[in-house]
Formats: sequence, C-alpha cells, structure tokens
Amino acid sequence: MRLTVNGVERDVNAPPDMPLLWVLRDLLGLTGTKFGCGIAQCGACTVHLDGAPRRSCVTPVSTAAGKKITTIEGLSPDGSHPVQRAWAELDVVQCGYCQSGQIMSAAALVAAKPNPTDADIDAALSGNICRCGTYQRIRAAVHRAAELRAST
Amino acid sequence: MNAMTNPSRREFLKTSALVTGGLVIAFTVPGARRFARAERMTADPFVPNAFLRVGSDDSVTVLIAHSEMGQGIWTALPMLVAEELDADWSRIRVEHAPAAPAYAHTVFGMQMTGGSTSTWSEFERCRQAGATARAMLVAAAAQRFGVSPADCRAQNGIVIAGSKRARYGELAEAAAKLPVPKTVPLKDPKDWKLIGKPTKRLDTPEKVTGRAKFGMDVQFPGLLTAVVARPPVFGGKVKSLDPTKAKAVPGVRSVVRVPTGVAVVADHFWAAKLGRDALEIDWDLGPNASLDSATLREEFRKLAGFKGAPVPKAAEVPPAPPQVRELAATKAVAAVQAGNVADALGKAAKTIEAEYAVPYLAHAPMEPLNATVRIGQSKCEIWTGTQFQTLDQQLAARITGLKPEQVEIHTTFLGGGFGRRATPTSDFVSEAVQVAKAAGAPVKTVWTREDDVRGGYYRPAYLHRLRIGLGSDGLPTAWHHEIVGQSILAGTPFEPMMVKNGIDATSVEGVADSAYLKSVPNHRVDLHSPKLGIPVLWWRSVGHSHNAFVMESAIDELAQTAGKDPVEYRRALLKGHSRHLAALNLAAEKAKWGTPVAQGRARGVAVHESFGSYVAQVAEVSVEKGVIRVHRVVCAIDCGIAVNPETVRAQMESGVAFGLGAALHSKLSFKDGQVQQSNFHDYQVLRLNEMPVVEVHIVASTDKMGGVGEPGVPPIAPAVANAVAQLTGHRLRELPLRLPA
Repeated sequence: MRLTVNGVERDVNAPPDMPLLWVLRDLLGLTGTKFGCGIAQCGACTVHLDGAPRRSCVTPVSTAAGKKITTIEGLSPDGSHPVQRAWAELDVVQCGYCQSGQIMSAAALVAAKPNPTDADIDAALSGNICRCGTYQRIRAAVHRAAELRAST
Repeated sequence: MNAMTNPSRREFLKTSALVTGGLVIAFTVPGARRFARAERMTADPFVPNAFLRVGSDDSVTVLIAHSEMGQGIWTALPMLVAEELDADWSRIRVEHAPAAPAYAHTVFGMQMTGGSTSTWSEFERCRQAGATARAMLVAAAAQRFGVSPADCRAQNGIVIAGSKRARYGELAEAAAKLPVPKTVPLKDPKDWKLIGKPTKRLDTPEKVTGRAKFGMDVQFPGLLTAVVARPPVFGGKVKSLDPTKAKAVPGVRSVVRVPTGVAVVADHFWAAKLGRDALEIDWDLGPNASLDSATLREEFRKLAGFKGAPVPKAAEVPPAPPQVRELAATKAVAAVQAGNVADALGKAAKTIEAEYAVPYLAHAPMEPLNATVRIGQSKCEIWTGTQFQTLDQQLAARITGLKPEQVEIHTTFLGGGFGRRATPTSDFVSEAVQVAKAAGAPVKTVWTREDDVRGGYYRPAYLHRLRIGLGSDGLPTAWHHEIVGQSILAGTPFEPMMVKNGIDATSVEGVADSAYLKSVPNHRVDLHSPKLGIPVLWWRSVGHSHNAFVMESAIDELAQTAGKDPVEYRRALLKGHSRHLAALNLAAEKAKWGTPVAQGRARGVAVHESFGSYVAQVAEVSVEKGVIRVHRVVCAIDCGIAVNPETVRAQMESGVAFGLGAALHSKLSFKDGQVQQSNFHDYQVLRLNEMPVVEVHIVASTDKMGGVGEPGVPPIAPAVANAVAQLTGHRLRELPLRLPA
C-alpha cells in the first residue's frame, strides 16, 4: 500500500484494517503521534487527512491511502508553525504526551477558522484530553496562534 | 504523603535503609570518579560531579535525579545548578540521570520522584553541584590568567578577571585536572539571578514537535511488542490456555506465560493486541470474584458504626462475599485523640453527624503504561518512564538473576505519572522484565487504556463518619472522625517506616494533623484499614485527595450551622496558623470574597496544607439543569521560595484540573469482582470545555519550602462542593459530586 506522509510517498505492508496510528508509529517509525485510548476518546493520535483532523487510532490505513497524511513531524520543518510558536510562547506543555494531538487539532482549527471563538475552541479541542490540565493555556495559545497566523 | 514530607523525614531516612539495603546518601555531591557512568557516557571534558558536565562547546549538561512527568523538574533543577554555576542559560541541556546510588533522593535514600519533594529535596544538592563546578572553573581561569581566584568573577558562562576572559568550554579541560573542593559557599539569596524568576520550560521545543521520547516511543531493530492478558478479577489465575488463534494472527511471534497472565509477543503493537484478544483463557477468578461496590460501601458503613438506613437500600445490595464479611472483624485504631470526645459530644449545644464517601480512582495518565526490556548476558537494560528507579532496578535484578548495578535504567519522559509510575511492586516494569525473559528477546510491553483502567493500583475508596459538637459560640468543642479505607502502604517496603501502630500515615494525613483539630479541645480520629484484594496506590495528593474534601466540607457545614461567613469562620479556627491564613487571605482578597457574585453563581472556599505547602482556592460555580459548572478558581499558594514561579502557576492550574475531573466525574465501581469502567468514555476526566479560568497568586514567602506538584489538588473538590451548598442548599458529601435529580 502506498501512503503519502508529510509529503513523502511511503510503501507499507499492512493489513487494510490496521489503524493508521500503528502504521505511522510501528511501521514508519513516526512516534510523534501518540496512542492514548484506541477508541477515539482522547485525541492523542490526531493527524490530518487532506488537512482535516482525524483520530488515527480508529482510521483504517486503507482509508488514508490516496490522501495527504500530515503528522506532528510534518506540521512544520522546524517547529515554526504558528500553533507551535504560540504553544512555546505560552509555556503550554507539561508532560507533553497529549500535545501532538492538541497541536494537530488546533492547527486544523485555525486553518479552518482564522479567528476562532471560545466556542469554536471548545468544539474543536474538547475531544483532546490532557491529564496535566493544560487547557487554560491551550485556549490562550489557540487565540495567540490565530494572531500569529494573521500577522505572517 | 505528608508523612513523607513533614513529621517523619528523619524516620524515613532511618528506615529507608530497609528498602535500599543500607544505602543512604545525604546531599553530599559524589565526585565523578565514584560514578563512572557520567564519564563513560560523554566526551565532555569536565565532569565535576554526578550532576553536570561541561563540554568544550560551552554546553552545560545537567543530569537530573528526578523524573520529568509534567511537573517541570526538567527546568527547575537546572535552574538551581545554573544559578550557582553562573552558567549561560541558553547553553543548558538536560538529561535524566541513570539509575545509580549517586542519584538517591536526599531524604528517602532511593532514587525516586514523588511526594512533591523534588525541588526542596534538591535545593542544596543541585546548588552545591553548580557551586563546586564554578569554583573549579574559576580556579582554572585564575591559573590561566596568573591571578588569584578572588580576582575572578564568573557570569553567564564566562570567567572574567580585569580585561581577561575565558569561556567555560575553554576552561573545561584544565578544570577537570583540579581537585574537587570539599565545601563551597553558596550565593546570598539577594544575588540570585535565576531562582525566583519565571522561567520557560526547557522541554518545550521537543514536546511541540513530536521529538520528545516517551517510553512508548522507544524503538530499535529487533524490538518486539507484547500485550498481556491479565485476569479479569484481581487475584485470578489462568486455569487453562489455548493460544492457537492468537498464534495464527499475522505478526504474532510467541505466546508466553508470565506471573501476571499471558503475553502475546509480536512484531508490532497491533498484531500483539489482536493476538491478545484472540487468546482463549479459562480463568480461575479466585477469592475476589464477588467483589461489589454496593456491598463494600455497606461494609465500610458498618465499620464506621453507622446503623441507619444504608445507601443504597439493602434490598439492592448483594450479600457480602466471605472475604468482605471478615472486614467486620477489623478493629479501629485511634490515630490521634485529645480530651474526652464522647463526653463533649454529649454536652455540646448542637451536634452534627455526617457521612462522606469517595470512590476508587485510576490515575489514567495519558501515556498508557509500558516498559522496554533487553536482557543480555551481563546486563539488563530497561527503557521506561518511571518514578521509582531504585525499586525497578532491584526487582529487575531479582527476576534476571543479575546484580542491581547490572540493571541499566534509561528514564524517558513520563507521559504523566500522578503516582501510577511509582509502584512499590514495580508492577509494570517487573512484568515487562518477565515478558522479555520468557520471550527470550527484547520486548516492549504495552498496556492498552482498558488494561490501565482495569489494572488496579487505584486511589482507595474511603468512607468517613463525622460526629461534631458545637459550643454556644458556634465553634467545635468535640470532633469524632472515623475513616474507613484500604491502607496504601501495608504490605509494601514502606510499611515499616510509615505504618505506625496500625496507622497508615497516608490514610489520615490532612485529618489527624489538621490545623483545625488542634483548636478543638476534644477530638479523636479512628482508622479502619480493611484488607481487600484491590491493589491500591498513591494518587496525586494521596490521602489529602479525600481528607481535604471531608475536612473542608465539614468546616463549611459548621460555619453554615453556626451562621458564620465561611472565610471568617476559618480565620477564627486557624488563629496562629500564619501560612494557612496567608494563603486564605490572599485568595479571599483576590476573589473579592464578600462582594456580590454574578446572578446564578456562588463562591466556595477551601484551604489546605499538604506536602509542606498551603493552598487556598475560591471557586465560582453555577448549576444549570443539575450540571455543576465551575467558571473561575482563584488560587493562592505559600510554598516557601518559589524557584520557578511559572512552574508553580502551571502546577496549580494542573492540580485544579486534575482534582476537578475527580470532583465532577471520575469513579470506578466493581460488580462480580470486575471493574465496570474501561476507557475515557465511562471513566471520565476533565475536558477543555469544562476548564475554569484559574488565577494563581503566590504568597511572597521565605518560609520552609514545600512542594507544588500535588498541593493544588486537595482544595478544589471542597471549594466546589461548598459553592454548590451555598447556591443550592444541597450539601454534597460524596465524590463525584451529584445533585439530587
């Protein structure tokens, strides 16, 4: 099966129903995308398929073939995506495990809604659990990312 | 774990020898030669001690003896080293230290992270490590410049004498040849440049790009992945096993028996999980097969002496299994007593009786448990996010037949810990060693979320019975407090030091040593510690997680009964407790306590000391269609010197979120011996849309340092419950908080 991951075509030998998450992590070595629940309840595994956020833990790899797959590793070459810059500016992370998923959800949000309201942020990010409780900073950082995005 | 931080530090030090085989390291800084690994691992020329290395490229690598699990120790400990080293902060790199005696906790005598102790326990050692290195670099510079060390000064990674300058990297080789000074003076606090300054986290760049390596992310050629089938009931055993279908799953390499169950070893996680699900196992469920939450609740009530109507009604409660019936035989032990409670209750102007209850809770860190193990002829390597390196090392040695020093532990970032990665049995690490041993290959053993939620090591359920008598002035004259719940420490290596006369200090912390009780002339705290087959463990803030809820709710209830303002009432009882008062007054002031609140909302307050820090929170709450919503929390903390105020703020926000999830949602229950919940859909935690605005204020304080990782948790549940009582008239005495329909 041929996948396009972060702009690169990759051939993988995987059963069609294998979740994209495990193809990315265990077959392609892209460990930035995280396993948290396996049933689309926590958002740690969020990636973009053709720009839209998807829970890769419940996405059969076959449905990702032919689409552009973007993981945290491919969001920016050097951590300079406005969401990543905002995250750093506001010192959001704690343990960091959920943050790849948070950032991917946030990046999809600001791409779709350049000026997200608090209600937009609630809708887009309440599916991403953070046990460290960085939510307050995540909210502020999404607003900041929108500003950074507008100014660049 | 106040017991670990307050009255019994000396006890812990004395008895921790039991755990570590006599090895107790104080905060002396061992020289590098006593610790070969720091040298072996590096090309850096200057390794003055086990805690830092200076490279010829001017980099300063700080080795931290504590595990970064979100609490910010990756930044706070390097700040301590860099402060005394006068290092260039932009050149600081950080690594987790390997497992070795040099990195034993300065108080507990074993390498571990817990009890909100990392910063205060390293405050001397890390500064000494930095100061020693600085003295040697300055001495090397003085030789090079031909001047006296007294004529040199260091700043920002450079030694300067008049017009002469040398970078640390240039001095590293010469410094390495100099003797290590025995004692070095530390800076006067007024000269601190880093300590006390809000400082951004050093681990952010790798955590926003997916580069940060957690245990789950360890990969190397030849590494296999295992998923383990464990008994559906604690204490169950495999009766018979048919691995045929599991072995037929493509990618599955082997099926092996381990003491905890059956492991399916495969090329990758997905194959291992499918294989595990395909195992056909007939389980002997063992003695806990009829464990039931409703029955347990009733038995706990009986132990506390309740005779009234049970909750729920008796008809709905299945009969108690034999093991639980034996609970009735356990005797209460008095943790603390003063005066004559029975007498004083009889004479009180008013009495209150109340029942409080909290459920079993899973820690549910975002990174499911895992450990990677490679066993060789002469060493065993372990990669994992652990809070308990020394115990892991000892247990791995026992399983592999190697010596502890032949067990190398590579501590990765922890995707959350909250106590779950500090098991006295090293459960998930030991199991992974067993799997690798049985498989005869390097294996990463991975838990699913369901395995984690159902895998035990829970915050125990507790039931409290309070009988309180009030005098005519509305202040308590008698306080009889009974606590029923499993002991966390019984049967662990910590028992000898932390269970005294049948009292597990963690079961009663925050009640037996409560500042409020000191003002009550007649008081008594009784503890029942029933032995059950449910594995229990410390859960962020340990005993305070339930005891603060009960104490701060009860105090509020008393204030209400006495017709007094809750803040004023607390002030009256906390006279002389200046740090409680400082936090309480600051939170009340910043929350504008006593001023009108928005329509449909109410404020609730709580103040609690834990882990040496004093935290007050004022929660602003509304109730819409029976749903409790917390809009804003004003939090004040006195933790003594705040090394990194930014971390203190982040940990208070974090504690509020963690505690609020438990206050509003989280609950585990048992039926037919099995845990009823399995994943985040039915074991719910706080989500972003429920996060209140948290405003943190730090009391300017130079008092004795406390911790910050846990103390933000205890006050939030009672602050919210107190606001709900104010708003609705319903005093909710059970977590998670549920308003009557």
